[in-house]
Amino acid sequence: MLKQLVVISGKGGTGKTSILASFAQLSASTSPVTTADCDVDAANLALLLPGPDVRAEPFWSGRRARIDIDHCTVCGECASQCRADAIHIEDVAVVDPLACEGCGVCALVCRAWAVSFVDNQAGVWMERRTAYGPLIHAALGVAQDNSGKLVAQVRQEARDVARRDGIDLILLDGPPGIACPVHASVTGCDLALVVVEPTPSGEHDLVRVLELLAHFGVPAAVLVNKHDLSPEFTARIEAVARRADAHVVGEIPFSPEAPRALARGALPLAVDAVATPLIEAWERIITLLSCEVESGLPEESRESSATPPAS
Amino acid sequence: MKVAIASGKGGTGKTLVSTSLAWLLARDERRVAYVDADVEEPNGHLFLHPDLCDRQRYARPVPDLVGETCSGCGECQRFCQSNAILALPDRVMVFPELCSSCGGCLLACNESALTERPREIGTVESGTAWTESRGPIRFLAATLDVGEARATPLIRGVLERIEWPGIALIDAPPGTSCSVMEIVRKVDLVVLVTEPTPLGLHDLTLAVEMTRALGKPVTAVINRSDLGDDRTRQYLLSQQIELAAEIPFRPELAAAYARGEIAAAASPELQSLLMPLGRRLIAEASC
Repeated sequence: MLKQLVVISGKGGTGKTSILASFAQLSASTSPVTTADCDVDAANLALLLPGPDVRAEPFWSGRRARIDIDHCTVCGECASQCRADAIHIEDVAVVDPLACEGCGVCALVCRAWAVSFVDNQAGVWMERRTAYGPLIHAALGVAQDNSGKLVAQVRQEARDVARRDGIDLILLDGPPGIACPVHASVTGCDLALVVVEPTPSGEHDLVRVLELLAHFGVPAAVLVNKHDLSPEFTARIEAVARRADAHVVGEIPFSPEAPRALARGALPLAVDAVATPLIEAWERIITLLSCEVESGLPEESRESSATPPAS
Repeated sequence: MKVAIASGKGGTGKTLVSTSLAWLLARDERRVAYVDADVEEPNGHLFLHPDLCDRQRYARPVPDLVGETCSGCGECQRFCQSNAILALPDRVMVFPELCSSCGGCLLACNESALTERPREIGTVESGTAWTESRGPIRFLAATLDVGEARATPLIRGVLERIEWPGIALIDAPPGTSCSVMEIVRKVDLVVLVTEPTPLGLHDLTLAVEMTRALGKPVTAVINRSDLGDDRTRQYLLSQQIELAAEIPFRPELAAAYARGEIAAAASPELQSLLMPLGRRLIAEASC
C-alpha cells in the first residue's frame, strides 16, 4: 500500500531538504522511492537530487484583471473598491499584476465594462528521473499566491507516478510555516517527521507545528538536528515531543562538514559523523510507517481527505 | 524608514540579524522598532524578551447573511473566486476560512442580504524591549492562529500599525510568495540574509528577482559565511548587490542564541560586523 511521509519543520532552515534527500538515498538502496518537493516557494530538493527533467507542465491558477484603456472613463471606482490596493489611477486606471488577486470587484463596479481577465500561469511543475526514483518538483512564479493548489498538484502527480512505477513510498519535502501550503502538504500523510534544531525558536515553532498536525490528525515524529549545539534545548524539545505523543526518532550532531558537503553537491550521508545517526533514524521511521498505517483509513478515503483547502 | 529583513531560504538568520541590528541601533540611542511579521512562526520575542503593554485579537471581514431578503439568486456564489460561498435554494452557506475578504459578494448581492462580520485570525502584540544597551526597542509582533490558512491579511494588519518616525526593522517570513511581497512592497530597503550553500544561493536568486520586480533597493548579509563556497559572493558581485556583512560561524554565537540572548549583545565581533549596515540605516533614515 502506498505510504506518504512528509518532512516539515515549522521554522525554516533546520535541514529538512538534506535529511529528506539522505532518506531517499537510504530507501533506494532496497527499492526506488518517489520524492516530491512541496516547498514550491523555495524548491531546493532538485538541487540535491540531480537527473534529467523528463516532463514540464505549466500550472495555471487564478486570473488577473486587465483594463481596456479605450473604454476606461477614469472614474476611479475600481481603485476605491479594490481591497488588494492593486489599481492606481494615473491618466488611466492601471492594474498592478503583482498585487491583483483576481477577485473581480473591479469588474463588478466598472460602469464602462472596461475590465477583463487573463488567466494566470502561477508556476510550473516537472518530473525528474533521479538515481533513487522519480522526483516531482515545481517552481511557483515570483509574486504568486502560495495557496496550496500547486502543492496539491505536486502531490497528485507524485501519487500518479508512484502507481505508474509500482513504488509504494512517497517522501514529501514540506514548506516552512503553518499556513495553507503546509496544510496542503500534510493532509492525508501517514507520518509527519518534524526536523527541529535545539534553540528557543525551534522549541517554540515545534509546539505550534505539533498542534497543527494534531488538528489534521497526522501522526508525528521528531528528529533533532544539530543536537549537540544545546543539550538543554534538545531535552526540552524531546519533552515537548513526548507530551504530544510524537516519537523522537533520533538526534543528529552538528558537523561543519555537512554544509561543506552540500556545497560540493554531496549529501550529508557522505559525512561520517552524521551518517550513522541518520541511518538509525531512518530505520525507526520505517518501523513507525509500517505500524502507523495499520490503524489508518483505507487508501481511497485517505486520498479524498488529501484534498487541500481550496483557498 | 521601513526595512525588511528577508530571505528566500528559511533558517538563514533573519531573526538573528534583525534583533542584533535593533540592539545596535538602540545602543546608539536611535529610535528603533522591531516588527515580527513572520506571523506563522514568530520568534523575535524569544530573544528581545519584551514587556508587552498591548495585546489585541486581529480580525478580517467575512460575509454573513442578514435578514430574510435573500432571494436565492446565487449571484454571490457566481462572483466568489475563492469558492467560499455556496448558495442553495433555501439558504446561503459561507466558508469563512476560504474567503479572501475582497468584499465583492456584498456588491454582487442585489437584495442587500449580505453583511460583513469580523473573523479572528490571530493576535497582535506591542510593547518595549529593554536591553542592557542604552535605548529601548519598540516591539510589535503578530501571531497567526494555528489552523488558519491565510497569513497575508494578518501581515497587512501588523504593517498598518507601524506608526513610527524612526527605523522599523521588519522580520519577514521565508520565501518569495504573497506574504513576503506584502511586506517588501511597503518598505524602503530589503536586507536579504543568505548562506553560502547551493540551497541558499538558489533561494537568494528568487528573492532578488522578487525585490527587483517590486523595484526595491536590496543589500545582502551572508551568514555562516565560512560554511560553504564562494558562489554566493560571485552571484552578488555579478548582480551588483552590495554585501553588507559576512558573519562567520561561531559556536559561541550559536550557544548565545540557544540561551535566548541577542547575538550582538553576546558578540563584540558581530557588533563590528553589523555596524556598517547600522550606520547606513541611520544615514538613510536621518534619525
